[in-house]
Amino acid sequence: MSEEKFSTKGYLDMELLRFTTAGSVDDGKSTLIGRLLYDSKAIFEDQLEAIEATSKKAGKDQVDLALLTDGLRAEREQGITIDVAYRYFATPKRKFIIADTPGHVQYTRNMVTGASTANLAIILVDARHGVIEQTIRHAFIASLLQIPHIVICVNKMDLVDYSEEVFENIKKQFMNFSAKLDLPDVRFVPISALKGDNVVNESKNMSWYQGTTLMYILENIYISSDVNLIDTRFPVQYVIRPQNKEFPDFRGFAGRLASGTLKVGDEIKVLPSGFTSTIKSIHLFKEELTKAYAPQSITITLNDEIDISRGDMIVRTNNTPKISQDIDIMICWLGNEPMQLNGKYALKHTSNDVRCLIKEIVYKVDINTLERTNDKSFKMNDIGRIKIRTTKPLFFDSYRKNRITGSVILIDEATNNTVCAGMII
Amino acid sequence: MNKFNITHLRELEAESIFVIREVAAQFENPVMLFSGGKDSIVMFYLARKAFWPAKVPFPLMHIDTGHNFQETLDFRDNLMQETGTNLIVKYVQDSIDQGKVAEETGPNASRNKAQTVTLLDGLEEGKFDCAMGGGRRDEEKARAKERFFSHRDEFGQWDPKNQRPELWNIFNGRKNIGEHFRVFPISNWTEMDIWQYILLENIPLPSLYFTHERYVVERDGTLLAKSPYIKLKDGEKWQKQIVRFRTIGDMTCTGAVNSKANTLEDIINEVASTRITERGGRADDKRSEAAMEDRKKEGYF
Repeated sequence: MSEEKFSTKGYLDMELLRFTTAGSVDDGKSTLIGRLLYDSKAIFEDQLEAIEATSKKAGKDQVDLALLTDGLRAEREQGITIDVAYRYFATPKRKFIIADTPGHVQYTRNMVTGASTANLAIILVDARHGVIEQTIRHAFIASLLQIPHIVICVNKMDLVDYSEEVFENIKKQFMNFSAKLDLPDVRFVPISALKGDNVVNESKNMSWYQGTTLMYILENIYISSDVNLIDTRFPVQYVIRPQNKEFPDFRGFAGRLASGTLKVGDEIKVLPSGFTSTIKSIHLFKEELTKAYAPQSITITLNDEIDISRGDMIVRTNNTPKISQDIDIMICWLGNEPMQLNGKYALKHTSNDVRCLIKEIVYKVDINTLERTNDKSFKMNDIGRIKIRTTKPLFFDSYRKNRITGSVILIDEATNNTVCAGMII
Repeated sequence: MNKFNITHLRELEAESIFVIREVAAQFENPVMLFSGGKDSIVMFYLARKAFWPAKVPFPLMHIDTGHNFQETLDFRDNLMQETGTNLIVKYVQDSIDQGKVAEETGPNASRNKAQTVTLLDGLEEGKFDCAMGGGRRDEEKARAKERFFSHRDEFGQWDPKNQRPELWNIFNGRKNIGEHFRVFPISNWTEMDIWQYILLENIPLPSLYFTHERYVVERDGTLLAKSPYIKLKDGEKWQKQIVRFRTIGDMTCTGAVNSKANTLEDIINEVASTRITERGGRADDKRSEAAMEDRKKEGYF
């Protein structure tokens, strides 16, 4: 929160940026988030008092900004972050949601979780160590989850005398291996989270750096094109039938537009039945809209009486998703128990619930070298490609084209735990 | 902004409506917790949006500590009547009378902890398999790690180290018999978002949120309202002050702040310039650094 007064109008026009942070244990990630909150004045007095007291108790001579983001008691005791935590702050330009994920080897699954909804990822690199295995892993996950924008923050520049050469070398190292990845937008910023260089305020120690601060990127990066507005996909989530005096015949199909747009009069097709109709009305509470676009939650009615239920998908007649029971997916295994080849799992895709069979393991990726391996056992945090067959056809797009209709989760039917994140190829 | 840009409030709204509809679709017998505070008022408003023109397809439940402000109760009853909503009220006093929980004693006695027992009993009695709450992740450190869909074992307990990963907008509400879920549709909203949305949509609120004169006593930096439930300690006295409430909860632990904010715009400007978190005014969170985490593990909201 800034000292500047929010004009009510300005705030109502703000955009939301969701970003995730990745770094290894001592890269200073918690300090960076603390710095972002502190320098953008998003820290409240009582929070500051609490961490000042704790820092003093721990015998530290300056306020430990990392304490701001340490959530649970177990973490405070062990001094590590063990799960995804969400943080919120706003500047006069944007509101931000941070998915703060830990960098431990065993916690790949947390980064995958945090990355799944992010528009942007910050990957921290320690200036003293350069690109290490974990950096490669973080960049790979960002590419796998198709995060549209990546910012590589080379941190602890204060410990390498703010050297341009060190920064340029790390940039080169990163570009060398990232050529193998699918990262459309990568930027580099030299920072010191501890001292505050180039985080919110411009550094006075790196005049050689011509770029912008991290905060400037977060506030200004263009994110409107991150939403797919071309392929209209409306998974039906719930059928609304009031059957009251005022609306005796209302039959509305409620859901959130996964992508694309819809307007009154549009010709549509319902999957899997294949019936066609036109849109009669679009509702958001008492308001009637003429058009809607992703990611709005709306209710629509049609001009024909068609049997539609949860799990169906409404699309345009001339732009339909793929329909199949045999699907190739990239996965990150999240479960405690290893994946069972030929095992059966529950599968969730948009508003659809089906079951699936793991038919074939195509390959597993060594996430430290990005090489494909012959080892075909999938344990927690393993990433690779598999083939599945579902009990009913799914209507889907490739994850690259559509993060919502291209994603699935697998659930162990014995424990009900979510054990796998899948991205359709 | 281009014409297809969605503002952050509309994006949060769309997300919450999606979550509430997902609850109605995935659970057999859900219930929405309602305290009469601004967060639950917004959550209920979003639920009405989600199912319009049909009524909200689940009941609301209020856990009444017996220490509520009368304004809150009147507001609650009017709202339920206007919207034709089924409200269930469970009383902490009943749990105390039945000997299920002991009343705290002393000057800082609060029923905040006792209400967990009443809540769990209420859920069991109604055979509810999912309870939606108005918790927000920005409120407190332990809440920052909550999922939208939070699984609870047969004792209603939360295990923060063993949470299901939650990816994209796919929510896994599968459970065994006897277990239930807590769902937090407004997880991603901040206090500021709530106020801006109330302004944007012109949502009515209890008068307690706006400036008024009231007798209060200052205790540990918190202004507590005069009520039969607060016993003065030596040296304390009731003073008439100009105050309003940032949160509305149990009278024994919800602090007022000095404020002349009389309109939503005033409140928003006050929230924008304030330097204390809203739970900073709540005595229950000050008890220890991990107070909220401990209560949540036991089944508190």
